[in-house]
Amino acid sequence: MSFDELYREQIMDHYKNPRNHGVLENFSFKFFDNNPLCGDEIEIRALVEGNVLKDVRFTGKGCSISQAAASMLTEIVKGKTLAEVQQLNRDNVIELLGIPVGPVRVKCAVLSLVALKNGIAEFHNGVNKNG
Amino acid sequence: MSQMFDVCKIRNDFPILRTKINDKLLVYLDNAATTQKPKKVLKSIKKYYETTNANIHRGVYKMSEEATRLYEEAHAVVGKFINAAAEEIVFTRNATESLNLLAYSLCSSLNAGDEILLTQMEHHSNIVPWQQLAKQRGLKVNYAEINADGTLNIESFKSLLNNKTRIVSVTHVSNFLGTINPVDELSKLAHSVNAIFIVDASQSVPHMPVDVKKINCDFAAFSGHKMCGPTGIGVLYGKKELLEKLPPFLFGGDMIKEVTFEDSKWNELPWKFEAGTPHIAGGIALAEAVKYLKKIGVENIQKHERELTMYALQRLGEIPNITIYGPSAEKRSGITSFNVGQIHPHDVAAFVDRFGVAIRGGHHCAMPLAKLLCVTGTARASFYFYNTKEEIDVLVDALKKAQEFFSMSENSNNLTNNLKTYPNTKNEFSERLKNPSQKTKNEENKNKIKIQGVIEE
Repeated sequence: MSFDELYREQIMDHYKNPRNHGVLENFSFKFFDNNPLCGDEIEIRALVEGNVLKDVRFTGKGCSISQAAASMLTEIVKGKTLAEVQQLNRDNVIELLGIPVGPVRVKCAVLSLVALKNGIAEFHNGVNKNG
Repeated sequence: MSQMFDVCKIRNDFPILRTKINDKLLVYLDNAATTQKPKKVLKSIKKYYETTNANIHRGVYKMSEEATRLYEEAHAVVGKFINAAAEEIVFTRNATESLNLLAYSLCSSLNAGDEILLTQMEHHSNIVPWQQLAKQRGLKVNYAEINADGTLNIESFKSLLNNKTRIVSVTHVSNFLGTINPVDELSKLAHSVNAIFIVDASQSVPHMPVDVKKINCDFAAFSGHKMCGPTGIGVLYGKKELLEKLPPFLFGGDMIKEVTFEDSKWNELPWKFEAGTPHIAGGIALAEAVKYLKKIGVENIQKHERELTMYALQRLGEIPNITIYGPSAEKRSGITSFNVGQIHPHDVAAFVDRFGVAIRGGHHCAMPLAKLLCVTGTARASFYFYNTKEEIDVLVDALKKAQEFFSMSENSNNLTNNLKTYPNTKNEFSERLKNPSQKTKNEENKNKIKIQGVIEE
């Protein structure tokens, strides 16, 4: 994987100008996840209406891949049903990033998706409802 | 003895240094992780398998006898390198296995309440085995603190030594900070309470003269692959009288003298600790690596690396917003950890790879130390004798470009704003290192500057 593939413009754009970034005050569930090996951290907060992700925001810190992936993910999941989000997998995230992701950094790439899916699972189980 | 030191000539011995990465000549600066192998070492592996491959110690035919001779001789060569006898050298897979062997075998005779003293700057391999054995046997693990300049706090070390301390295990050189610890002094202190003194020599034996008799350590551990040898072969040194008393760690073939259905008797040293068919080719190749290092001269290696480190500290200091961790040049080896502004170390390492530069980004298998420093990781450049000042120039130029590339523009400060919501790492670090009983406020501040950037002094 060449450098230019790794840091294509789109990723740097999302890294430097993350979408849906910040703290959602009115939310249905939140989930924090981290990758201690890399030090990447993501907290996702989402507002659910009916069965749909009405709004989703994230905060976090970490490498450009983890933060850009979180930004890209929040863009595509807004308006999707919870069931649709649960169908997403790591290949979808890699597709979003548009680059081949090596074995070490795949964990950075999927951190936000894992957090979101765990948040939905907890929401379904009635854990952590409305904060 | 040693020849004139000619780095250009030396580089010809390492075919891999001619590799192109992303169309750029490889600049390999991850030598604390593993080192490259000279042709002589590679040839010895090939030669062994092509001409001498046979199992050792049991064959009574010529080829097995020759393999046995070479493998046994390798113990003598490695032993001589650190001033030890052949029978005091046990070949393991790596330093990690050597330390596990010690943890299992030594802790078996300890009692609940006994204490083990480590330092805060240990690699995971010198923490986890002790920590886990301590849990099993009700032992207590203490960690000597580090000073704000990244050196060991000797007063803390002394204060944690007591008549319950049975084992003291300390790294000779920190793989994270590059700190060289005063092991001669620590050895005396440990022995003053009759504790066993162990040195993790993984980052010292490859880079500086190490004399286990002079240090007077009871055991030492290091890895072959960090000293031009192959992976999969490591060393445990132990004083003969202690190895004789120490129970074996792994059981099986070759480590026994006699076996009945009911019981077994152990083989003589060092074979008592080498169960099963060992990495014969690896041991022989490690001896070749040692011969190669001796030919270059360990003093020459140390001198060259010191020059590189001084130069690197000076050049890295040119980079705005760089934080360099660890002590001043005279107290450190050829390992330099740093962070460039807020850029994640993985991004730094991946960026400089574009220019062919291989450095490590992360916690360097010392997560507790990283936590203490309040960093998730650092970028780390580590040198060996085949590195050059020109390679450091390539690194510095690449780091300057990384800084430009990852810089946040005025209009895109969302993320930087957000980063401010996390604890300011520098402040938190100095908070954690606060120890009013031992330091005055002024001393603290002075030290704080040191660790944040040795260049700023």
